[in-house]
Amino acid sequence: MVDAEIQREAVLAAVENVAARIADEKSHLTDLDSAIGDADHGANMNRGFQAVVEAVDGDEVDDMEPDELVKLVGKTIISNVGGAAGPLYGGSTMLASTELEDGITAETSVAFAETYLQKVQDRGKAEIGAKTMVDALVPAVHTYKKSIEQDDLPPLTALSKAVDACERGVRYTVPLRARKGRASYLDWRSVGHQDPGATSTLYILEELLDTAEEYLDGEVVRDARSPDVPDESPEETADESLGGEDE
Amino acid sequence: MVGLVVVSHSEKAAEGICEIAAQMGGDDARIEAAGGDPDGEIGTSVDRIEAAIDDADDGDGVVVLVDLGSAVMNTELAVEMGDANVRIADAPILEGALNAAVEASGSKATLDSVAESAEEARDYRKLN
Repeated sequence: MVDAEIQREAVLAAVENVAARIADEKSHLTDLDSAIGDADHGANMNRGFQAVVEAVDGDEVDDMEPDELVKLVGKTIISNVGGAAGPLYGGSTMLASTELEDGITAETSVAFAETYLQKVQDRGKAEIGAKTMVDALVPAVHTYKKSIEQDDLPPLTALSKAVDACERGVRYTVPLRARKGRASYLDWRSVGHQDPGATSTLYILEELLDTAEEYLDGEVVRDARSPDVPDESPEETADESLGGEDE
Repeated sequence: MVGLVVVSHSEKAAEGICEIAAQMGGDDARIEAAGGDPDGEIGTSVDRIEAAIDDADDGDGVVVLVDLGSAVMNTELAVEMGDANVRIADAPILEGALNAAVEASGSKATLDSVAESAEEARDYRKLN
């Protein structure tokens, strides 16, 4: 019971942090979207997350299990975001919330992340390289899963590695030619622009990490690629350094 | 009677297409517009689509015509969240809506026949 209470508190804190970040980045997201889309990503996401903040601001959430609260977040995004972001962010959150029925643990959060990614891919039908949020989500989710299940890292460290992977994914979208979404109508003209959906996905993950820091014990590896981070597979580290994260 | 829903990013476009299609489908055609985002601005809205499907459904099912991108995604989500029998037509939205309205007004129309006649509009040429 106490666990559920703390988890609910953590979800509420995450919602607040994400909403504040999206509000801060609203114009930046809109700028990114005006280059290759319809210039509404910042406004849409902001409207969605402000509605979420309002939806969870009442006594009725006190009786909710953490998974029900996450479901409410998804549903509210669906109802308040006009455009593809509604089903992609909100629908995926809503459908993946069932993975948290037994509470939020390292194991269930991996299942949540995987289902979220699966729902985004099913709905958007985008593969890696199509210049969409999938380019940021896939490395983030795979890194998180591997860090927890294979490398046995604490969730907080796993999440910080996932954020780093997500950031590399966002940079990877810049040189790509869009093959999905409104940007695909621009064809070659979409090259050289960072994908707005990948970017907002990174902001959300960064805020989840910030929130997790308050609620989880463990070392946070701010830069998972820094030399003091032990890595059991040197070849892989070498591969990753080819990813071109230097500006 | 099979109902029709027109989902467009523009509220005006959805209403306009419904107007044209209703003229073809006769007086008792069930055609509902679901255009615009939650505020009626350019975009689409799951709630608006869900409500339109509800209004168009009298038990025989609903064929939905869509424009681009999020219209498809939001319609898929609305269908998953509701319990009406729905087919999304893979068709040009205006020509498909006209075809569907004509077919739906016929006495032998089924959900499949209405969706198929909407999809026939994919092959229409406008010149030559």
